[in-house]
Amino acid sequence: MILEAVSHALQVNALLTAFAFVGLVMWLSAALSKYLTMGRIHGSAIAIMIGLALAFWGGVVTGGKSGLADIPMLSGIGLMGGAMLRDFAIVATAFEVDVDKAKKAGMIGAVALVLGTIIPFIVGALAAVAYGYTDAISITTIGAGAVTYIVGPVTGAAIGADSAVMALSIATGVFKAVLVMIGSPFVAGMIGLNNPRTAMVFGGLMGTVSGVSAGLAATDRRLVPYGALTATFHTGFGCLVAPSIFYLIVRAIAGS
Amino acid sequence: MTISGVALLAICTLLGAILGDLLGMMLGVKANVGGVGLAMIFLIAGRHWLIRRKLLNEGIKLGVGFWAAFYIPIVVAMAANQNVVAAVESGPMVAIAAIGTVLACFASVALISKMSGRVETMDEIEAREGTLTPKVAQADGLGSVVR
Repeated sequence: MILEAVSHALQVNALLTAFAFVGLVMWLSAALSKYLTMGRIHGSAIAIMIGLALAFWGGVVTGGKSGLADIPMLSGIGLMGGAMLRDFAIVATAFEVDVDKAKKAGMIGAVALVLGTIIPFIVGALAAVAYGYTDAISITTIGAGAVTYIVGPVTGAAIGADSAVMALSIATGVFKAVLVMIGSPFVAGMIGLNNPRTAMVFGGLMGTVSGVSAGLAATDRRLVPYGALTATFHTGFGCLVAPSIFYLIVRAIAGS
Repeated sequence: MTISGVALLAICTLLGAILGDLLGMMLGVKANVGGVGLAMIFLIAGRHWLIRRKLLNEGIKLGVGFWAAFYIPIVVAMAANQNVVAAVESGPMVAIAAIGTVLACFASVALISKMSGRVETMDEIEAREGTLTPKVAQADGLGSVVR
């Protein structure tokens, strides 16, 4: 009887259940980040990996296509992570962008930002083609995922990609962010990452603020604000060009 | 009022979505072309305008800030409802794409920093100024907004 009451309450309040559930995942990720990786891998990246793992589990258990959201009690996850709230929250992050600060990054920051969007997109798109994707929508979505794990799904949703392709695109972006977090201290010497200007170039090229800030923090904490300055624009710029210019170019090459 | 911030955000997001759809129609693609990016530009412009008119108050900041802080949890929820089973079956493409990207970008950083000549390192700047550089942003990530 108690079980029935619980499951009824959780299903009727599906969105609240999702908030509580995701809250638990975030809390667990923060703890794992702090104690297991000594803060080296960002909590947000761990949380997204847990999310993908749970989606895998949900898919295996239910045989459905919507990951955890196919479990009736967790259907609210579908609403919380749906296109509407996602776009709403992503747009909100632009509120912190300060136009005057942007000018400080200057020309070299802008060049790094453009390169940091084009290079990952090309590499990601080539990987997609190498693995047998031939349609412009899938190639663009995976290429955009290599830019950041946000640009990928935003692009995929905008141009109508398949959920499996979206999952690949998110996973590519998260994997990239984790590699940046772990790899930066090791390559710092080789790429001259010891001054503010290179840190800004680094932020623009590598993208994802979580990857850049954790990677720079592990390299030299003093460089974090400079890297974050340019990385902040990465997602916005990617969301602007990937589902528009890049998609049209890929479409012209690969055909729709 | 807090709702002003939420409404501003909603208006910008909707405007972006409408314009993105219109652009898609004009270009003959069945897609929302850059709607989220356009919405972000509207919001940045809106904030700039509000600051210039001295109309940016705590309520508006709270209304937008809440959703900005909610962004990673929403992305986690989004990740949790993808078709990962089908994605896993497609093999190691993810690893190859990610490793290739990171290597190419590290190389580009090295190239640009070499090309732009020698600049003062952080240690030299501090030695010269004898002061500490601006406070480092907290890297805990979950409470603060981290993209």
